[in-house]
Amino acid sequence: MDEQSNSAPIRFYQTGTFTVGNRLLDPVHRSVQSSIERNNSLNSGHRACQGCGEALGARYAVDAAMRATDGQLIAVNATGCLEVFSTPYPETSWQLPWIHSLFGNAAAVGTGVAAALKIKARKAGLQHNDARVIAQGGDGGTTDIGFGCLSGMFERNDDVLYICYDNEAYMNTGVQRSSATPPAAHTATTMAVGEHPGAEFGQGKNLPRIAMAHEIPYVATATVADLRDLESKVHKAMNLRGARYLHILVPCPLGWGAASCDTIKIARLACESGIFPVFEALYGEVTRVTKIRRRVPVTEYLKLQKRFAHLFAGDGRPDMLAHIQAEADRNIRRYDLLAEEVTA
Amino acid sequence: MLKQTEGSRAVAEAVALCRPEVICAYPISPQTHIVEGLGEMVKRGTLSPCEFINVESEFAAMSVAIGSSAAGARTYTATASQGLLFMAEAVYNASGLGLPVVMTVANRAIGAPINIWNDHSDSMSQRDSGWLQLFAETNQEALDLHIQAFKLAEELSMPVMVCMDGFILTHAYERVDIPTQAEVDAFLPPYEPRQVLDPAEPVSIGAMVGPEAFTEVRYLAHAKQLSALEVIPRIAQEFAARFGRQSGGLVRGYQTDDAETIVVALGSVIGTLKDTVDEMRAERIKIGVLGIQSFRPFPLAAVRAALQNAKRVVVLEKSFSVGLGGVVSTDVRVALSGLQLHGYTVVAGLGGRAITKTSLHRTLREAIAGTLQPLTFMDLDWRIVNRQLEREAQVRRSGPIAENLLRDIGGIAVKVV
Repeated sequence: MDEQSNSAPIRFYQTGTFTVGNRLLDPVHRSVQSSIERNNSLNSGHRACQGCGEALGARYAVDAAMRATDGQLIAVNATGCLEVFSTPYPETSWQLPWIHSLFGNAAAVGTGVAAALKIKARKAGLQHNDARVIAQGGDGGTTDIGFGCLSGMFERNDDVLYICYDNEAYMNTGVQRSSATPPAAHTATTMAVGEHPGAEFGQGKNLPRIAMAHEIPYVATATVADLRDLESKVHKAMNLRGARYLHILVPCPLGWGAASCDTIKIARLACESGIFPVFEALYGEVTRVTKIRRRVPVTEYLKLQKRFAHLFAGDGRPDMLAHIQAEADRNIRRYDLLAEEVTA
Repeated sequence: MLKQTEGSRAVAEAVALCRPEVICAYPISPQTHIVEGLGEMVKRGTLSPCEFINVESEFAAMSVAIGSSAAGARTYTATASQGLLFMAEAVYNASGLGLPVVMTVANRAIGAPINIWNDHSDSMSQRDSGWLQLFAETNQEALDLHIQAFKLAEELSMPVMVCMDGFILTHAYERVDIPTQAEVDAFLPPYEPRQVLDPAEPVSIGAMVGPEAFTEVRYLAHAKQLSALEVIPRIAQEFAARFGRQSGGLVRGYQTDDAETIVVALGSVIGTLKDTVDEMRAERIKIGVLGIQSFRPFPLAAVRAALQNAKRVVVLEKSFSVGLGGVVSTDVRVALSGLQLHGYTVVAGLGGRAITKTSLHRTLREAIAGTLQPLTFMDLDWRIVNRQLEREAQVRRSGPIAENLLRDIGGIAVKVV
């Protein structure tokens, strides 16, 4: 966080994890997971799978947005796992005003809510409404079916923070390929068969970069491996006006064929391998990256997931692994992800 | 105030008098002049406070409308034809959520073949969407219906489509009486939502509903439309009392009391039909017209009451259900169930083909003589139809139909009889 980088370097990490010991931080910087102060916007009792990265990401992102807006927050949700597991009628896990309309229109509904809030403020003689809007969806609802509405919202610079919880496929419908599915990944529509098993190389969209091309005030990526970073990015986003985009990598134990206990580990390996660059950008320009502290080969990340098992079975697919490694290396170059020095 | 103006402009001014708070605009002919007019008013500051949002598609237009309406703003948009189809998923969603959006549909044909001219295929395609559908006969009625539509939508918490014939009404300049802001304010109270996204009172809107309650939610939508059968005439009466003219309501008869033949129709063609009826009445032919102003909810009882003493009913419609026949006539048949009547469906005016008095005289006289086919496509050019059918019988690769037909008639794309 910016506040931390200004103070003395923190030299204490928990053994083997590089995680800053919470008790060693100033109270103001400490992470609070459970507190009577916490809003629990996405309350317990919902039906997400064990180890669901999206549920974890949403819980932290929405609570952070609630804190940043003093509880004056409205959430718009695209159709998808998050919508389904949180609201089977007549139950709801949402402790804030929440609307689900369709799969492909969350960004546009967000625009509408923001417009209504603007009018209400103007009628009350205020410059801004205290209440703010987030719109959220999975990668399918964001990079595919909701892409037109999202781009429109960016282009108009509407006052909406859009959060994409990226688990790299259509998990709610049974793990089909989306335009966020990585190359070689097995899904129900990119089977691990034939000469080029899994998803094709050279396809797919890099939505954070597309968002940056709209030159909106704020674009950032985050993962559930670093929840404090995620929270601080939500805070930062909510302190800005206009269109903002936060892309959160959320491993899916079911769709990725991973152990529920490995969700955070896999998200961390995605960063440490360079597969998923963590950065933020203001008005289309990268302003900050999260450096890799202990670089790992992509195989460490891939091996924990059955969706990539065909890359390692039998003689394996060194050609495909090399291709994936090359993509990670390109990310490391492009975002300058390697730390100059590791303080430990 | 009396004013000579374009239909679209009249509607734009009527909508502005209703003090909409959010307007979503996406261009599609023949609706475009309406949102252009509103956009200018917002930009000038004469319509304020109002957010005018230029969206990237009709799907986004209705989606933005869903968000703003759910957050408590009076919301308006307008569309037509392909635009209405492109937003269809959100059209159903707005009504399913019970959001009182008002939308003008400047009725236009649906492609392919692409055609920008008037018929009713677009709004008919959304017949079962849960929206109320009101049809305007004149520009004055279009103007008046928008003012009534906001009141109706907000009272029921259901969305309302005001349907007006594209070009025939939207682009026609004629005299309309535009009420004052004070008059409209007295008629239309501020929007008080039944459900609203409010941090002070959090609710979840749009939750998933399974088999245990889905039927009940859908039935309640139907029950609201049934209650609209009471609300629509009441609002029309209130409107008449305040503004001094009859507009809207469920159905409106013309020379129907002693009529043996009654023509049922929607929209601007009612005017041509009234003229035709006058001319036939001069020949002592007992004929009348029943205009349907409320297509959804469909006023079964009012239609039955108006038609039950006639000998024959001709439903003249600007749309049809491919593979079956009439859309409106199917509903009229339900209204007349059990009655022994001669019924005819006349499909006319598709894709902007002019409905002339000459053709109406001929067709209606055939109906009275009992020689009209039960399903008739008025003024159909059998020569080019048969030529294409022949071509398809002879050659496998017979080519694109529309282009073949245009080559056959050897003229411009629009044939005005």
